[in-house]
Amino acid sequence: MTETQYTKDHEWVAVDGDVATVGITAYAADKLGDVVYVDLPEAGTTVASGRVVGEIESTKSVGELFAPVDGEVVERNDAVIADPSMVNADPTGAAWLIKVRFTELPELLSAAEYEELTRG
Amino acid sequence: MENSVSDSASRLSPLDDVHVAAGAAFTDFAGWKMPVRYGSDLAEHETVRSAAGLFDLSHMAEFLIGGTHAAAFLDYALAGQASAITRGRAKYSLLLAEDGGILDDLVVYRLDEQRFLVVANAANHDVVAAALAERRAEFDVTVDDETDTCALIAVQGPGSLEVLDRVGSLALSDVRPADIPYYGIAEGQYGDVPVLVARTGYTGEDGFELYLDNAAAPVLWGDLVAAGAVACGLAARDTLRLEAGMPLYGHELSRDTLPAQAGIARVVALGKPGDFVGRSAVDAGPPAGARVLVGLTADGKRAGRAGYPVLRDGEVIGEVTSGALSPTLGIPIAMAYVDPDASAIGTELALDVRGTAIPARVVALPFYSRKALS
Repeated sequence: MTETQYTKDHEWVAVDGDVATVGITAYAADKLGDVVYVDLPEAGTTVASGRVVGEIESTKSVGELFAPVDGEVVERNDAVIADPSMVNADPTGAAWLIKVRFTELPELLSAAEYEELTRG
Repeated sequence: MENSVSDSASRLSPLDDVHVAAGAAFTDFAGWKMPVRYGSDLAEHETVRSAAGLFDLSHMAEFLIGGTHAAAFLDYALAGQASAITRGRAKYSLLLAEDGGILDDLVVYRLDEQRFLVVANAANHDVVAAALAERRAEFDVTVDDETDTCALIAVQGPGSLEVLDRVGSLALSDVRPADIPYYGIAEGQYGDVPVLVARTGYTGEDGFELYLDNAAAPVLWGDLVAAGAVACGLAARDTLRLEAGMPLYGHELSRDTLPAQAGIARVVALGKPGDFVGRSAVDAGPPAGARVLVGLTADGKRAGRAGYPVLRDGEVIGEVTSGALSPTLGIPIAMAYVDPDASAIGTELALDVRGTAIPARVVALPFYSRKALS
């Protein structure tokens, strides 16, 4: 497992071998407010970096889940679909959203770079 | 994602320091920096339905109308009949343009024979101020804009009365809070500061709205929290009013909406004597085929949101103006303008939720109604 990296779309990416686990950051979860609906792609779905692959809705707004890498979804977190409030409770842990097998990892943001982004 | 607070949100509530200290998240509302939530907006919503929530509404616009012609002036300037409001009572009203379009929706309180308080939406402050200034020409009245010095704190929920009763330094002149009728108002003192206590709100629950000078607002807020009220943000206020089927200016109401389209023709007092701005247009009614406001419930958990198309047999016949997954009911609810022939209760329609047609149907408003006040 390498150090967690981030995207400008407020997602975190944890890489283990050729599989990236993806979720939204605590900053994003906080901005959304109470999450009430989560839609995620099924295992086997081919995804392209930068494309919308899911939705995270709060009472007030709709957040989109972007694929941070090109690849294939190998697992989605059905527990989060069943209980969307997990996204607020533990966005960077239990409420991971999808695992994607990728061929090449694009350049992502470090923790320090992401923090800089959210401070702006 | 929420709009973050931009530099344009230059106006601060007198309670801003209190909200910052409480860890609130903020939003820009009509140029004001206001709390959107303190923690969980769902929990705040539930608090108002079951206990007592506290809202800072100091961004709202307040105008005091006084003078021998005060009632006659408001009868002319607004759609309702202010002269028919008895002392200590309030009425929901509208400010119309000549062509019948809605410039604002507001609440008119009669404080005594010659004194009224008119409370308008923050976003329409300038429009209302200009209209009142223009329409007063023929009348002997004073119009004082109190917005900059008047704080407004709302206590909403079935526990509201108990909360007010626990605030020892709040004393009303003639009555106790329990004696104020729904849509009534009483004058009193909070310590040595004059306060107006109204039994009004925007949540569908029993509750009170307290008007007083900015300087006293933080201490009163603290007293109300100590008395058991829980701070709630504008996110909860929006889902509460939506469940209660209450229109929000800029969503259900606009300059291009006639009262009849919004289902609030009853607010317009066509029977009152004399002319008023917008009368002839309201008399004429909306053009044939003009869309009308309806309530919709939908299947699943995905909410239709403002701007989403409403479909019938795949064809666009309307547009959502407000929508959310109802925290109380657990189903998606929305208000929408639809073609009149699609507006009957029970009509099967669909919401275009980002490309997916979600089955929905027309239902009677409100979506949620509290048990009648005893």
